Amino acid sequence: MLYAPIIVIVVFSFTEAKVLGNWTGFSFKLYASLFQGGVHHSLTSALWNTLIIGLVAALVSMLLGTVAAIGIYNLKTRARNAVQLVNSIPILNPDIITAISLFLLFVSLQISQGYTTVILAHITFCTPYVVLSVYPRLRRMNENLYEAALDLGATPFYALRKVMLPELRPGMISGFILAFTLSIDDFVVTLFTIGNEGLETLSTYIYADARKGGLTPELRPLSAIIFITVLVLLLVINQRAAKKRL
Amino acid sequence: MKKNLWSFAGKRRNWSIPYILFLGFFVLVPLILIVYYAFTNNSGGFTTENFRKFWMQPEAMHTFIYSVGVALITTIICLLVGYPAAFILSRMDSHKSRIIVLLFILPMWVNFLIRTLATVALFDFLGLPLGEGSLYFGMVYNFLPFMIYPIYNILQKTDRNLIEAAQDLGANPRQVFFKTILPLSYPGISSGIMMVFMPVISTFAIAELLTINNIKLFGTTLQENIYNGMWNYGAALSVIMLLLIGLTSLLNSQGSAKAAEEGGLI
Repeated sequence: MLYAPIIVIVVFSFTEAKVLGNWTGFSFKLYASLFQGGVHHSLTSALWNTLIIGLVAALVSMLLGTVAAIGIYNLKTRARNAVQLVNSIPILNPDIITAISLFLLFVSLQISQGYTTVILAHITFCTPYVVLSVYPRLRRMNENLYEAALDLGATPFYALRKVMLPELRPGMISGFILAFTLSIDDFVVTLFTIGNEGLETLSTYIYADARKGGLTPELRPLSAIIFITVLVLLLVINQRAAKKRL
Repeated sequence: MKKNLWSFAGKRRNWSIPYILFLGFFVLVPLILIVYYAFTNNSGGFTTENFRKFWMQPEAMHTFIYSVGVALITTIICLLVGYPAAFILSRMDSHKSRIIVLLFILPMWVNFLIRTLATVALFDFLGLPLGEGSLYFGMVYNFLPFMIYPIYNILQKTDRNLIEAAQDLGANPRQVFFKTILPLSYPGISSGIMMVFMPVISTFAIAELLTINNIKLFGTTLQENIYNGMWNYGAALSVIMLLLIGLTSLLNSQGSAKAAEEGGLI
């Protein structure tokens, strides 16, 4: 039942029909037009933007979030609770509110909107999740390892690299993946921080296209590809997880 | 100098300072800005006109109340459909359930907009008209997994011994469910409710695309206002939305606290 809409699209991505419901023969034409230039340049550049923004935002979030988590872990109780509270605000807030708030911020400071603002916005709503992802691993880690390293003469940064990070790595990785996913899937925040220069991500591109007239035929192969990619990814992940359990 | 810098960086709690600054600047300040804009007019003077505008315009109030209604109905549908689904899932053996959970999560990874457009396509395909029906379908379709997951999680973690104890004490299956399992799953239910109700109030994309902009929800009004430069009014609307959400989370946490008291001691 959950899959009905997606299946319909996938099936109809293989025909040229304008209207869904008319099967005018099997064809790959829509797929071909997807990859050619022309009108769809904006699609490929949108895709590119989405990936770049996602990677940069996820990377920065991961670094910022990890350092933050370590810092927060070592704060005194009251400060820690306060920071954790503020940290959870972007998570609990509906995305429209986050989007509008950041929009007002950038507008008030008269920062022209574009790549930078989008990336900053994404970092803002991704980092809390990274913190949430790394923090539990901090709690499970043996504190004395770090102190021991310091006592043995390591500088703080060396101790960090060789002692803490390996422990935290699973949390960092899942934080990174989470941040990346959130970023590429995001729509509302990107919409509000993207400005008028013509910058587009996948989500805004689809939105703009859909406003014109619903699901254009070109979007169908795109959706089908995304769906299949996700399916493959999840199967792969599941396989690896299953293997580990063995 | 260098020694001081080194020892400053050595204290791990100071590592949190960059992030605190970041949070302050990118989270707190923008929120304050929303409130600021909500209470000012175009030239920056203090005014409550934006809020008055909201009260005065029957259209705005109407949209608001309608959106809350939609959110409530969606949440209820998700509960009615989701709880049994989560329950069945939790009863399966772990091998099968993992696969099914995967199948549930899979659509969520596809871009939100594409999912919504897919629903439009489905309705087109079946020849059904877009409108209120498709709106509810789209909402439930998008948010059902958010309801199922917390309930599933909590049901999984329920101590089986409690259920066995109830059975040993002579309860029939119906009593076991209503007196034992259900109360224990309240935390999951309340998370599920929060994770559905809040987003439904604030999404506009679903409403816009699934009803060809025929039906307006509160989120749509918000978005339109900001888009068209009516920032002050939009900010006021955001404040109202925030208040609504704050209210629901308060009610929710009170409710679940009470339930935890009553249902936890068996």
